[in-house]
Amino acid sequence: MPMAASSGPSACADGLNVVLSVVVTATDTHRAIDAVWKIESARIIAGLTRIVRDVGLAEELAQDALVAALQQWPESGVPDNPGAWLMGTAKHRAIDHFRRNSLLERKHPEIVRELERKQEMVVADIHTAIDDEVGDDLLRLIFIACHPVLSTEGRVALTLRLLGGLTTEEIARAFLVPEPTIAQRIVRAKRTLAEEHVPFEVPRGSELAARLSSVLEVIYLVFNEGYSATAGDDWMRPALCEEALRLGRILAELAPKEPEVHGLVALMEIQASRSGARTGPSGEPILLLDQNRALWDRLLIRRGLAALQRSEKLGGARGVYALQAAIAACHARARLPTETDWPRIIALYEELAHLTPSPIVELNRAVAVAMAFGPAAGLEIIDTLVSEPSLKAYHLLPSVRGDFLFKLDRFAEAQAEFERAASLTRNARERNFLLDRAQACEEAEPKSGPR
Amino acid sequence: MRFLMLVKHGENPGPPPKEFLDAMARLGEEAAKSGTLIQSGGLSPIAKSTFVRLSRGQVTAIDGPFSEAKEVVGGFAMFELKSKEEAIEGAKQFMELHRKYWPGWEGETEIRQVLGPEAFDPNHRTAC
Repeated sequence: MPMAASSGPSACADGLNVVLSVVVTATDTHRAIDAVWKIESARIIAGLTRIVRDVGLAEELAQDALVAALQQWPESGVPDNPGAWLMGTAKHRAIDHFRRNSLLERKHPEIVRELERKQEMVVADIHTAIDDEVGDDLLRLIFIACHPVLSTEGRVALTLRLLGGLTTEEIARAFLVPEPTIAQRIVRAKRTLAEEHVPFEVPRGSELAARLSSVLEVIYLVFNEGYSATAGDDWMRPALCEEALRLGRILAELAPKEPEVHGLVALMEIQASRSGARTGPSGEPILLLDQNRALWDRLLIRRGLAALQRSEKLGGARGVYALQAAIAACHARARLPTETDWPRIIALYEELAHLTPSPIVELNRAVAVAMAFGPAAGLEIIDTLVSEPSLKAYHLLPSVRGDFLFKLDRFAEAQAEFERAASLTRNARERNFLLDRAQACEEAEPKSGPR
Repeated sequence: MRFLMLVKHGENPGPPPKEFLDAMARLGEEAAKSGTLIQSGGLSPIAKSTFVRLSRGQVTAIDGPFSEAKEVVGGFAMFELKSKEEAIEGAKQFMELHRKYWPGWEGETEIRQVLGPEAFDPNHRTAC
């Protein structure tokens, strides 16, 4: 069923921010309300969207309920079942909204009849919705927030807002983008969904694969934004990883038969397991093979390996995410770097390259080949990538090439590569790290010759 | 932030009513679907516990059975949450469930944050 165009007031992007900034600075009750909101908001918005068929309106109604909680709970105390309270209040707002609209439209009898019929349906719907299985609604909400009709940026912002319960300010801080930019992206995305009459449904059949890959792309993009910290450093970024992981786990529960969902979850769990080992005391990056593996989170590794197994059992071993997860799993299974199964990693990269040919995958394969067969073999692959236009500004190419050259005692060339890599990275700590390596080349140079 | 929830109750609370078990199953499903439950489990009775203790330079292993303890940890769950307040809300819901479906049950949920590097250095927040 197509969604009705928004008949409510225009989507208010800042209302929630105002509300939540009050929450942050206020009492314990307010902190409890904030927590309840973060736990419940996605399910409430999902349930309401099914009823009112408009994501923007649904979010507004949910926020109205939040405002009511902020007004009443400090006096009355937090109710026993705060989620049901919020949903019930939002439900009443929805009914009021439709009543008000039908009054406004009284001059047009046909519309009134239509609305009244709709209102009856809505009221009936709302009452069942509360006791209903909310999982399907949540899944629909994920699909609509990640709809391909939206720009990638719009999808990301809307997903974090509707499903993560993040404020516009939090999203802006995480992506190092001005707050109004994010607010505008969200407003635009909601408007597009309404204008395009995007149905609130779980896609079926041939459409499912494409729609699902759009969802997975958004989740992985959020994860990577937090994981790789392409610029600056900010405490909101780890929150992005956690949020992506949480969304992935939700999706795995809601769509348990989709192998690539488990593949993505496996990939994120295993990557996240290294979070405590990826940076040194002053924040400098530590390369995978130099990491203290005792700091890897065994619980997340175990969850990741289990998710990978689930994906493989569902016949998804050859999926893009499952393959990357399988590579990550090779590292996770090795107790020492020397125990790494490099030949298997090479084979997995070859499959990945076959599936999605990309110079980045080739670059990674070169690293694996160098580990298995020595830096000269890796250099051979990487030298075919040097002229690749898409890697022109990619700092990891000269960084890896510099590493191979260094190991081959070609220090002057290595130094030039590290310096070039340092000039390309936007991350301050990575730049220092690369300049240190360049410096090491300079110190090694006089002793040049076979070591 | 990761939280360990320890559920404590009297030594022998008796068998749970069916309604409680059903409600627990629903809550467990919901927790899994919320993407926040990382791990959970029930624990064997304290009578089957073994204590390995270091005392006065001696390491000894002492098996049960033990005279009844006032309160025992019956189960645990590990959650990944955004704040301690979320943990408190979750634990309250869990206790609500007991109140509703298991008349007479008394006990508590202890919330312990699992410490990461950030707990020791306020300026250090690991990128994951």
